[in-house]
Amino acid sequence: MFDLLLFNLRTQSVRVGLGEWLAFLEGIRRGLVVDLDGLYSFGRSVLVQSETQFDAWDLAFQATFAGVELEPELNDALLSWLAEAEEIPGERIDLDMSFEEMRRLFHERLKEQKERHDGGSKWIGTGGTSPFGNSGRSNQGIRVGPGGQRSALAVAGQRKWANYRSDNQLDVRDFQVALRALRKLTKEGQLELDIDGTIQRTADNGGEIDLEFSRARQNKVHLVLLLDTGGSMDPHSRLVSQLFTAANEMKGFKSITTWHFHNVPYGYLYKDFANRDRRTIEDVLGELTPHHRLVWVGDASMAPWELFGQHYSNPWATSEADSGPGLNGLGWLKRIQEQCPASVWLNPDPERYWAHPTVSAIGGIYPMFPLTLDGLRDAVSKLRAPV
Amino acid sequence: MSSFDRFSGSDKYIADEQLLASVNAAIALERPLLVRGEPGTGKTMLARAVAETLNKPLYDWHVKSTTAAKEGLYNYDVVQRLNDSRFPEDAGRDVSDIRAYIKMGVLGQAFKAEEQVVLLIDEIDKADIEFPNDLLRELDEMAFTIPELDETVTAKHRPITIITSNAEKELPTAFLRRCVFHYIDFPDRARLQRIVDAHLPDLDKELVEAAILRFYGLRKVESLKKKPSTSELLDWLVVLARAGVHPEDIAARMPFIGTLIKRESDLETLASRSKHGFGVS
Repeated sequence: MFDLLLFNLRTQSVRVGLGEWLAFLEGIRRGLVVDLDGLYSFGRSVLVQSETQFDAWDLAFQATFAGVELEPELNDALLSWLAEAEEIPGERIDLDMSFEEMRRLFHERLKEQKERHDGGSKWIGTGGTSPFGNSGRSNQGIRVGPGGQRSALAVAGQRKWANYRSDNQLDVRDFQVALRALRKLTKEGQLELDIDGTIQRTADNGGEIDLEFSRARQNKVHLVLLLDTGGSMDPHSRLVSQLFTAANEMKGFKSITTWHFHNVPYGYLYKDFANRDRRTIEDVLGELTPHHRLVWVGDASMAPWELFGQHYSNPWATSEADSGPGLNGLGWLKRIQEQCPASVWLNPDPERYWAHPTVSAIGGIYPMFPLTLDGLRDAVSKLRAPV
Repeated sequence: MSSFDRFSGSDKYIADEQLLASVNAAIALERPLLVRGEPGTGKTMLARAVAETLNKPLYDWHVKSTTAAKEGLYNYDVVQRLNDSRFPEDAGRDVSDIRAYIKMGVLGQAFKAEEQVVLLIDEIDKADIEFPNDLLRELDEMAFTIPELDETVTAKHRPITIITSNAEKELPTAFLRRCVFHYIDFPDRARLQRIVDAHLPDLDKELVEAAILRFYGLRKVESLKKKPSTSELLDWLVVLARAGVHPEDIAARMPFIGTLIKRESDLETLASRSKHGFGVS
């Protein structure tokens, strides 16, 4: 009888597993829940494992028990689905339709679908795509207020957890798990007493202690992050800062260094733009060893003259001294690549935007991957491959 | 309805309905309770309150960044044994008996206890990211194997397990799926008042009211890096009361602000706000 709740939760992208669901049913069978309030509290504890999903729980709970429909304009998953479904030929609807009309039609459609689709879990089908897709995108969506007199529903209706939502796909942990694969453990470093080996040898030796030493395993990889900062990268700053946090919290790399640049590096890499705390690229390159791995993060999109122009060895130069040894942007990138071939470029823009001339030019120098979990995994396996 | 021990808050621990429901769900379903929340919202206190109320012993495993999962289960002191085998006359124990060198960790002790206990795994997110995964089977089956003895330790009574984590780090999904989850939200005015009354019953009502008002004002300042928490409010109230600060003074200025705001940059933020006329009321 709670199947509808399960479907509504899954519609809200709360991925309830079978184990939790059975635990939930077990709790109900054993009488842990006596009323709707109890169901709200108990269900949330057992079925939801993050405060970022409490809001989704509130919506699903409302949808299930109050007959109150989900709020389509807030459901990102639905919106993107509607955006994709745009091409599907179907009934077109007059775009000038008034909000009231749209609302009436929406409810009619919804009612119809409830009857047709067993409990309304698929509460918008392809038939409704065009009108409600339009309304969703024009911020004119159909809001259905909270209903019902019961306090659990009132609580769910308040949506106090809405601010905790995080619909982002990637989190710091995912990045860390992917980066972990980059570690290359080798036996070096300080000598340590190998207890298992010592016992074995002592036993072989008839009880006379024979010490065995070995070296601890250490990771030799130095990670260098080069981050494009500012301008067209601003929309991606959250994603990039997550990657940055993930890398910095990681234990086990021999060292992690971060440099900033804008679009392409010319002559200098920056620790901090604001304080003009910087080093020349030549200095930085001088310190690279075969154990360094370079990870560039940038959208690689800029005006073509910045990358190819011969006369712009440093377009941001404020003095003669700043202009470096006369390489253009592309020249600098090649120079760094030659010095440290173990490098990859992560691009936060979706791949469909990569048809830009500067993106393909940079992609010709560095293997380029999208800044997604899969992209990062591919990049890491590229970095692991012997150069 | 089957019966099980129920937790209903304690004199010192003021819990809301949702938290009680979570704790009781965890006890009834025999699943670990994962508690997350801002620092200072009473995550660790919860385990103590549960143990105290249900009158069960508390086993506290405080996780550090270097903690490995195995340490909580057992430890085979092989160096001691090696040493004893060299100098058996000083050993005071039987070197041929491996059991003399196997010591149970906190989890092992909790499993071996003769009665049901409350097990607190504190700050699980401090350890390596794979740490929770290493405990999956142990927490699922409440059992682990000691290969040296070829023996399996199974919990006589499944402990009531409470795991705390700061809100900062993500835990693995497989681990989360096995837990009952609760997020301790920051208390609202009424509940905070009850918490203060429970801990500091003798304070001047006016002073408490003025301080709480000021405290919520501070928490509203978005630019603070570390917002003051409940435990800091309690400290502040004690200091205010001991120093005999008048309630009106709290509204006018903020005496002993160092008790609430610990970061230098936050103090500077507040100072510049009051200079520019954005009070922290």
